[in-house]
Amino acid sequence: MSVISRIAIPATACAHCGASVTPPARYCCEGCEAAHGLVEGMGLDAFYRKRSAPDGALRPDPAPPVPLAAAAVAEGTGLWRLDLMVSGLRCGACVWLVEQALAAEPDMLSARAALTTRRLTLRWRGKRERAEEIAALLGRLGFRAVPFTPACLRAADDAETRGLVRALGIAAFGAMNVMLVSVAVWVGEDMGAETRALMHWLAALIGLPTIALAGLPFYRSALAALRARRTNMDVAVSLGVLATAAMSLSEAWRNGPFTWFDGATTLLALLLAGRLLDRTARGRAGRAVAELLALQDGTVRRLGPDGAEEEVAVGAIRAGDRILLAAGERLRLDAVLEDAPGLFDLAATTGESLPRPVAPGSALAAGAVNMGGPAVLRVTAAAADGSLAATARLLDQAAEARGRFVTLADKAARLYVPTVLVVATGTFLGWWLGAGQGWQAALVPAVAALIVTCPCGLAIAVPAVQVVTVGALFRRGVLVTSPTALERLAAVDCVVLDKTGTLTTGTPRLLPGIWSPAELRAAAGLARGSRHPLARALAAACPDAPLRADAEEHPGQGMTAGTARLGSARFCGVREAGDTPVLWFTEGGSAPVAFRFADALRADAAAAIQALRELGLPVEILSGDAPGAVAAVAAELGIESWQGGAIPEAKLSRIADLREAGHRPLMVGDGINDAGALALAYAAVAAPGAQDLAQGAADLVLRTEALLALPGAIHAARRAQALARQNIAFSLAYNLVAVPAAVAGLVTPLGAAAVMASSSIAVILNALRAERPAPWMR
Amino acid sequence: MDALILLVPVALALGLLGLGGFLWALRAGQYEDLDGAATRILFDDQTAERTNRS
Repeated sequence: MSVISRIAIPATACAHCGASVTPPARYCCEGCEAAHGLVEGMGLDAFYRKRSAPDGALRPDPAPPVPLAAAAVAEGTGLWRLDLMVSGLRCGACVWLVEQALAAEPDMLSARAALTTRRLTLRWRGKRERAEEIAALLGRLGFRAVPFTPACLRAADDAETRGLVRALGIAAFGAMNVMLVSVAVWVGEDMGAETRALMHWLAALIGLPTIALAGLPFYRSALAALRARRTNMDVAVSLGVLATAAMSLSEAWRNGPFTWFDGATTLLALLLAGRLLDRTARGRAGRAVAELLALQDGTVRRLGPDGAEEEVAVGAIRAGDRILLAAGERLRLDAVLEDAPGLFDLAATTGESLPRPVAPGSALAAGAVNMGGPAVLRVTAAAADGSLAATARLLDQAAEARGRFVTLADKAARLYVPTVLVVATGTFLGWWLGAGQGWQAALVPAVAALIVTCPCGLAIAVPAVQVVTVGALFRRGVLVTSPTALERLAAVDCVVLDKTGTLTTGTPRLLPGIWSPAELRAAAGLARGSRHPLARALAAACPDAPLRADAEEHPGQGMTAGTARLGSARFCGVREAGDTPVLWFTEGGSAPVAFRFADALRADAAAAIQALRELGLPVEILSGDAPGAVAAVAAELGIESWQGGAIPEAKLSRIADLREAGHRPLMVGDGINDAGALALAYAAVAAPGAQDLAQGAADLVLRTEALLALPGAIHAARRAQALARQNIAFSLAYNLVAVPAAVAGLVTPLGAAAVMASSSIAVILNALRAERPAPWMR
Repeated sequence: MDALILLVPVALALGLLGLGGFLWALRAGQYEDLDGAATRILFDDQTAERTNRS
């Protein structure tokens, strides 16, 4: 090992993931220790010298690996291909580590990971079941792999983006080569008429195919808009470019002083570059959302008639099937609990923060999390007919309604296109009939007016701001998924917040109580061996407690190790009835101590609410949890308007009422019970760790744990809207000077190019100011 | 003027060569993972080295 590598990792950082640890410990958890051993054993320790992922991001996830064999595709006899989405693939070193580790497997034909899409494509020879071993290897290295879902594929394999890149390549080539000819015409005043004609036709030879091919994305969109009897920016762009091409052709025909192919091709190249940037920024957010959703996807364990377990996809389950739900696992279908009573966390479906005991025979909606031992359930509806499907249909309707939103750019285009048409036609008629010029000569100032006003500044004015804002928000952990999200977010006038999982973390946290640190340490060591949510919360409260090697889990009851017992009241011989989540601990016959848990407020919830108020937005809580719990949170945050015990329909009707009263509510939620309200709201934000349906219903998805990102995003959206308005106003002001000059026939192609470039640069520079975060985010 | 007859086609041919190369690279999927490609060159392939050692 080189000297550099020893210096690179400070003694207080975990040797694998870089999270801070207290010396002499070298690792933050057993997972990291195992992963570090594995990496060094494979001779891949160069990874640690090059790692640039954020500290702690590589900590192995204790979640059980998802079965992958079913997702492998046969590519021939004994040849398999598997596409995986690998979360935690954060840096080039991670890609390298994964590829190298897998390439070392003797039967692996190829392993290729893409950092942008987090997609890992594997080809191997042998048995299909190797997929599980590969996933286990990835898991030990600290990467979680799930099958590459169709949604991921859609987000990653983007034919439209590739079309834009191709068009940009062609436009850039065309623009530069036309310029080669045009510059010669501009400076060559002593050029002979024949040479000039040659130059003109050469420019047409390059320019016309370029305009035909590179302009396709605009023509298609313009045609679609015209068919729907609307106008948009693309109509203006298409009109300007095509008219310029026609006028230039006519100028080449009569061997006029200039052709304008350079202007048309450069305009296309500039606009395509802007559009590509816009798409890339949004595509990145879309991929991140698809990644979050893929991590929630999974299979269901079906119990056969003979009691055999079988991993199947959710879609394959029919009503009447019996399924097994492990401790801590989420129910994906509507089902009835069989056999034994259980303990279920219904936060996602009802918003209750405390797990509720469920009697055998009770119905459970999809989304409930099993907090007790493994449970057997009978499915009552297949995925396509269940409660989730109904909500999903609601979301589709809402998405359609939001698609009809008229953006600022569209509004500008509606005024702009007719105005420009009138000006251009007037100029043409004025020069032709009024001044008695030939029709070809009259065409020049008319089209010059079209291309000078054109769209460049105006078409870049809004996208440039959007790109900068979406990119800045992405880096702050806010994913913008809808193209109109920022405009709607900027216009909201009240905020409705869910409680569980939104204002609170949604996971239990240890409350202060009467125990000694030694007892906590002993109990946490025991809890470390369990996946139960409460045990994990206890282990998290004392992260440096070593695992008790002799710990043994009694599913649904607790843990034992020697004389120590940790678990439910009955398990530890305590008679106490209470509904707060609690773990009891006793060792060697000592008096049992209680560790109580509660769903805690997010650390920055109060600051976030304060920031929302400073933005002038009234805040209310709309929760499905018990009124008492909601009142406590509302009092703590100083929110006067709150409603508890709200079923999903009540949430929906509250939002509907607000909209009918003329408000533009912003809904923030995380659960399946919020999805309907999110879809109906004027703008919607999915809280950190939200359910997939809620994420699908939202315009923005918060990926950081910090709730302060929410007011930050609203501030950024307002700023973006203000800057977009400034840019549009600026472009219009520019036109006030440029249009009269063009109409008067004073503008040459060189002048037009200068105007176009300078106005574009001005609006782009102004757009860059959108990067600056709100004062409280700094 | 004589120089133009030679130089203009040469310039165009070179440009078209570049455009062809770009379109080929696009079709071959070389623009699929820009972030990965940027960092990939920083790492050595260790598979061969390890095979020799073991």
